[in-house]
Amino acid sequence: MLDLGILKTWLGVVVIAAPTTLLALLGAAALLGWRLSERVITRCVHAAVGSGLLAALAVLIIMLADGSRHVDVQIGDWVKIPHYHFSVSFVFDRLSVPLAILSFVLSGTIAAFAARYLHREGGFNRFFTLYALFLLGMVAASLAGTIETLFAGWELVGLSSALLVGYYQDRPAPARNGIWVWVIYRVSDAALLLAAVVLHHLTGEGDFAQLCGHGPWPGGTASLTAGQALIVGLLLLLAAAGKSGLAPFSGWLPRAMEGPTPSSAIFYGALSVHLGAFLLLRVSPILECSMWLSAAIVILGLTTAVLAVLVGRVQTDIKSALCYASLVQVGIIVAEIGLGFRYLALVHLLGHACLRTLQFLRAPTLLHDHLQQVNAIGADALGSASDGQTTRLRSSRLHLWLYRFALERAYFDALLLAWVVEPCRRLFRCCDALERRWTDWLAGTRAAQLDITAVDPAGKHEDRLAS
Amino acid sequence: MIEFPWLEVSLILAALGAVSVGCLRSPGRAYGWGLAITAAVFACTVPAWLQHYLGLKTSPHWSIQEALFGTIIFQLDELSAPLVPAVALLHFLTALATARTKMRRFSLSWSLASESIRLATFSCATPWVLIGLLIACAIPPFVELRNRGKSTVVYRLHMGLFVALLIIGWAAVEAAGNPAVAPSWAVIPLMAAVLIRCGAIPAHCWLTDWFENASFGNALLFVAPLTGVYAALRLVIPSSPDWVLLGIVSFSQATAIYAAAMAVFQVEARRFFAYLFLSHASLVLLGLELHTPLSLTGALCLWFSTILSLGGFGLTLRALEGRFGRLSLARHRGLYDHSPTLAVCFLLTGLGSVGFPGTLGFISTELLVDGASSASPVVGLVMVSAAALNGIAVLRVYFLLFAGARHTSTVSLEMGVRERMALLALAALVLCGGLFPQPGIATRYKAAEELLQQRHRHEVSDLADRPGAGNQPG
Repeated sequence: MLDLGILKTWLGVVVIAAPTTLLALLGAAALLGWRLSERVITRCVHAAVGSGLLAALAVLIIMLADGSRHVDVQIGDWVKIPHYHFSVSFVFDRLSVPLAILSFVLSGTIAAFAARYLHREGGFNRFFTLYALFLLGMVAASLAGTIETLFAGWELVGLSSALLVGYYQDRPAPARNGIWVWVIYRVSDAALLLAAVVLHHLTGEGDFAQLCGHGPWPGGTASLTAGQALIVGLLLLLAAAGKSGLAPFSGWLPRAMEGPTPSSAIFYGALSVHLGAFLLLRVSPILECSMWLSAAIVILGLTTAVLAVLVGRVQTDIKSALCYASLVQVGIIVAEIGLGFRYLALVHLLGHACLRTLQFLRAPTLLHDHLQQVNAIGADALGSASDGQTTRLRSSRLHLWLYRFALERAYFDALLLAWVVEPCRRLFRCCDALERRWTDWLAGTRAAQLDITAVDPAGKHEDRLAS
Repeated sequence: MIEFPWLEVSLILAALGAVSVGCLRSPGRAYGWGLAITAAVFACTVPAWLQHYLGLKTSPHWSIQEALFGTIIFQLDELSAPLVPAVALLHFLTALATARTKMRRFSLSWSLASESIRLATFSCATPWVLIGLLIACAIPPFVELRNRGKSTVVYRLHMGLFVALLIIGWAAVEAAGNPAVAPSWAVIPLMAAVLIRCGAIPAHCWLTDWFENASFGNALLFVAPLTGVYAALRLVIPSSPDWVLLGIVSFSQATAIYAAAMAVFQVEARRFFAYLFLSHASLVLLGLELHTPLSLTGALCLWFSTILSLGGFGLTLRALEGRFGRLSLARHRGLYDHSPTLAVCFLLTGLGSVGFPGTLGFISTELLVDGASSASPVVGLVMVSAAALNGIAVLRVYFLLFAGARHTSTVSLEMGVRERMALLALAALVLCGGLFPQPGIATRYKAAEELLQQRHRHEVSDLADRPGAGNQPG
């Protein structure tokens, strides 16, 4: 008689091992300078995604069949010394299994699309190496049984996203936007790491089962006081806001569209942008401990949604319009989480991710689709509402202000540049100049400086961080 | 052979190698010999480390030290056992990755001389001998600067101050009898000496000056082993009162954040590396001075990770400099297509140093932040912020060097075989250490415990020395 418990554990290991093996293979090839053919890469990706997906589905079927709602896959203690242990464990429950399956399904779809979209592109191998990094990060974060494992997956997702934004390496704009995305992600990572450390000290454990109570998700009661929950929750909310592009960090989302369409679709339209919401869902028992925290989450979600609606309406390119449409939904999902509608938020997340992936993948052929529609039903039948909207917008000063506000993307990036980046840049460049003067004075020489004024003219004011 | 004095042989081999290579006139031959000797030195340090790991002792009739000095001065303990082969490996790989065009500028004779002093330093715990070796360590960089026709004033001033404070401080501490009851005026010079050698602000300018004026290889080899931190561990931590450690913690916090922020906004690659290194060195020092088991273990792990990761990161920057000269970070260069392996190594070693998952630095940073936060939430916040800033700095430089422009070149800019071997070896160590960290962490924890026991013994003797200690109840 086959032991279902052992079978579930082994299947769980396969779910994690599949993307890990893919990353090991493609990463080793990148490191050793082997140039794998497109066919080999595509087959490896299909094999990894297929096996991971089948294993995840099998776990789901077994869980449905035997009625279990929580499967714990303990890989073991990665590090264990007195006073500290880092255990690697993965959890299959009602939250993680749908997200893992969604990750595999959408990643598989994108891989099939990208194999054709990037055919004979110079960066084909690089794209799929970063894709493997992303997939592993996404699956690890989805199934993480400890906050440390979630943090590791979270960082993998962040790095792969930033590098994919800078995928087109012969232009400065993708590189600049890649840096911007990375900066926001690092803020988010730092917040999550601090939250993990604080939780570790409050509860003595990093396991979600200990942090959020022993009941299967979304049950369980966290053993934190309201004050403790508020501090930890605000750190987690900051982490989620950075990762999901909530206000005031939403400026990175349109910048991320600089990458190739498949990466925009999978990362910023479907999966990565929902990771913040997933984090809040995962720690939802902690959110329940503090009314103020829940209120803050609702307010942040709704604010993001309203702002994204405004900004999205004035976007002139399809990918930016879609990314703000995504943000509206993410804001609403976050508000749902704050209001305590866990299942609604989860279903909303899954449905939205699928719809948005489809829209992003169709975006490059939008004109083609439009012409097909015109040919089929005629231009008059499609109609055009833009004239009417423009007339309405011109009708009052409030509309004009709103238009400007939306066009500047709620001034978030401008404010971050003016209030954070620029003062820091000036301060530390000034310190640098003073240090040079000091050493020059001591040495009695004038040190040769490199061409520090040769700032890329195409970058204009946005190049300030990069330079 | 298991009782063979491997450590002593490696020290003698490096010293003799320095002399013999210095006698060779042809740069090509000198390079070949020098490389072979650094490889042999590294090969000798590995069994020395294994001897310690397996608990074996050198046979008395093999011991050269006992014959020469009548006592054992150079030996490995829990703290130094993995550091000695790591330093030897870094020397070997730096020599291996030296391009033909740079053979004249990178003196293997001086490199071997520095290596012998450095290995002796890391295997010595006797205070005055250690102080002598720390002073000797400072001489080859001075010669390097003078040979290159650069100003030595900044370096001389700082190192002169370091040497003077070190000697005064330790002499005063010894004069007090028990270091734990030494007066403040005796301990403060010792603390200041350690802070200067570690490059803590405001005495950090010698480090950026050194990086700007020395050859990159020698600059890297001088700073990457964190000799100043070793001095702090041997001379300050075991015996100094808590307020001294608190002072070092304060300076280290400020340096970690300041240097990380300076690295983010740097416009020259060498200064960027210098600040990145400073930030890491300060984080290590910060963890050590908190003297809790976790923070000490994390700091010792981060130390090892810094040697390997930042060593590899420095070698990639050096390889890039070998192709393009001094690198400006004021504009994009777009070098990825010309040297993809170099880009991957750059990213891997750079992210390894800032604690990215799957690398050696990840678990070190986790331990350090956890340990630091339990000691003080503010220190934890500083550490997380510094790590975040360092991560931003590394990826910013990656994008500036490898993306953002189309670079045209008529010659191949791909890595040479020796460069590739050196960088891949370091990358493999960074990854393997990150994926299988338990053995390394366990040995570092033992070293941390040993250090804490030393400190505890001093505290107990301090209590016993205090007047009226005998009347204390219980």
